[in-house]
Amino acid sequence: MKVTYKILRFDPEKDKKPYFKDYDVEVEPTDRILDGLNIIKWYQDSTLSYRRSCAHGICGSDAMEINGVNKLACKVLIQNVGSHITIKPIRGLRVIKDLIVDMEPFFEKYRSIKPYLINDDSLPTHERLQSVEDREIFDDTTKCILCASCTSSCPSFWWNSMYLGPSALVQAHRFIFDSRDHGADERLEIVNDLNGIWRCRTIFNCVDACPREIKITKAIEELKRALLHKHL
Amino acid sequence: MHLDLTHLGKKVLDEKLPDITDFVRTYLGIDPSVNPVPIQPTAHYTMGGIPTDVDGRVIMDEKNTPLPGLYAAGECATVSVHGANRLGTNSLVDLVVFGRRSGKHAALYVKNTDFIPLPKKPEDGIQATISDLYSGTGTESVAKIRLELQNDMMDNASVYRNQKMLINAKNKLLELKKRYKNIALGDKSKQFNMELFEALELGFLLELASVLVESAVNRTESRGAHYREDFSKRDDTNWLKHTLAYKAGDKIDFRYKPVVITKYLPKERKY
Ligand SMILES: Cc1cc2nc3c(=O)[nH]c(=O)nc-3n(C[C@H](O)[C@H](O)[C@H](O)COP(=O)(O)OP(=O)(O)OC[C@H]3O[C@@H](n4cnc5c(N)ncnc54)[C@H](O)[C@@H]3O)c2cc1C
Ligand code: SF4
Ligand code: FES
Repeated sequence: MKVTYKILRFDPEKDKKPYFKDYDVEVEPTDRILDGLNIIKWYQDSTLSYRRSCAHGICGSDAMEINGVNKLACKVLIQNVGSHITIKPIRGLRVIKDLIVDMEPFFEKYRSIKPYLINDDSLPTHERLQSVEDREIFDDTTKCILCASCTSSCPSFWWNSMYLGPSALVQAHRFIFDSRDHGADERLEIVNDLNGIWRCRTIFNCVDACPREIKITKAIEELKRALLHKHL
Repeated sequence: MHLDLTHLGKKVLDEKLPDITDFVRTYLGIDPSVNPVPIQPTAHYTMGGIPTDVDGRVIMDEKNTPLPGLYAAGECATVSVHGANRLGTNSLVDLVVFGRRSGKHAALYVKNTDFIPLPKKPEDGIQATISDLYSGTGTESVAKIRLELQNDMMDNASVYRNQKMLINAKNKLLELKKRYKNIALGDKSKQFNMELFEALELGFLLELASVLVESAVNRTESRGAHYREDFSKRDDTNWLKHTLAYKAGDKIDFRYKPVVITKYLPKERKY
């Protein structure tokens, strides 16, 4: 079938402002949005620039705004979008070129919540075992692939780029509720900030955007509750 | 061909194989707990890579001489824990065990060594390659050559191979390498030039494909993931050895390193 991609283009070496460019592409209804972008890049206009790697919703590199909603281009089939496809870079992060944004501020926030095991106990002689029930508590938040779909769809983040954003909070949850980790207190203090969990206004854009179907708002609520318990 | 997972039931599939189950639902619109899943072979792991010793030191020859200061670990390395076919879920050994060992060894090594004098202009080689690609005015495109390379390798050098197929692949590679010299980039920009990146990558892919195909032509036996229809048995008398490939101008020189048998004997996989 024939579809039209309308893509927001910007080349910092040539353009003063972003502009839309249309491409007609022959695709199968079961192709992914990403397949169409690849056809454009490989056979029509090799200057079109976007990130992608795994093409299977695993690496998190091709989040973009597709017909107004943040999605991974590799996880949306053409048949679910129709024949007019408008694509823009995700919002709230500086556009470097076409659909490529500067992810550094996003990853800086990720690093700020200390996304690694904190445990100063002496090295055990065998694995640190965890019960099925304890693992279950943070199972949902282990699924995050750091694609930034959530954070870049969040109005609180658009208004204030200092906000940690849903993704960093999901990652904080993943470690705070891990029974093998001892860093919960220091992480809870990091997210206990005007630019931390208290900036979440439960707008739910993040939940709609998340390609991993993580219950992000629930995770943030659990962080708020953990903080209340800690300070009671 | 189809894979029937229905006996596992929805709960087990969702809990134990969530990603695969999600792929099947998203891309094929099939619920694997209800219907069988159509499948086909694909390349999922690279068996063979940069030869190293157990400390991750890259070795240069059949006598295991290390190349000082160069380490490799993970899928790019061959420390030979897997034999000729890596079995499912075993690759993490390379990362967890040999990644750690390499890091420890490298940390010790740098304590007792100094910087070596750099050649005058170490960047010359890669800069020439890149400026050649930018200034190329040929008629070939990266995407077209890559597609032909993919198809050719899939048809002639994948799971089942024989002399005729591999020679076809070898000839096709010669053609593609010649055409690669005649590519032109449509994107001349300097920032985030993904076409340049793909062009560089294609050059390396063509070289790697040649190593794979020519070493497979030479190896007149079947072993691990290398299955020759015309030589279907393992031949320990002649082929109990590792292939080492050396770049020699436009050609590849092959040398062989003996396999040292310690605890485990080479065995047929029977499951
Ligand atoms: C679909 C799939 C499923 C798998 N399932 C399993 C499993 O269940 N169990 C198991 O044990 N193994 C599995 N494997 C294999 C295992 O995941 C890989 O072997 C392993 O992740 C490789 O890790 P690595 O660090 O060696 O390499 P990679 O993870 O490939 O890392 C290489 C890194 O190098 C970077 N890089 C490349 N070129 C350059 C350059 N020029 N400059 C700078 N950086 C560069 C890349 O961006 C990448 O980050 C699976 C593999 C696949 C594809
Ligand atoms: S929570 Fe979901 S949307 Fe946000 S970064 Fe992780 S995977 Fe992406
Ligand atoms: S390309 Fe990896 S998530 Fe889409």
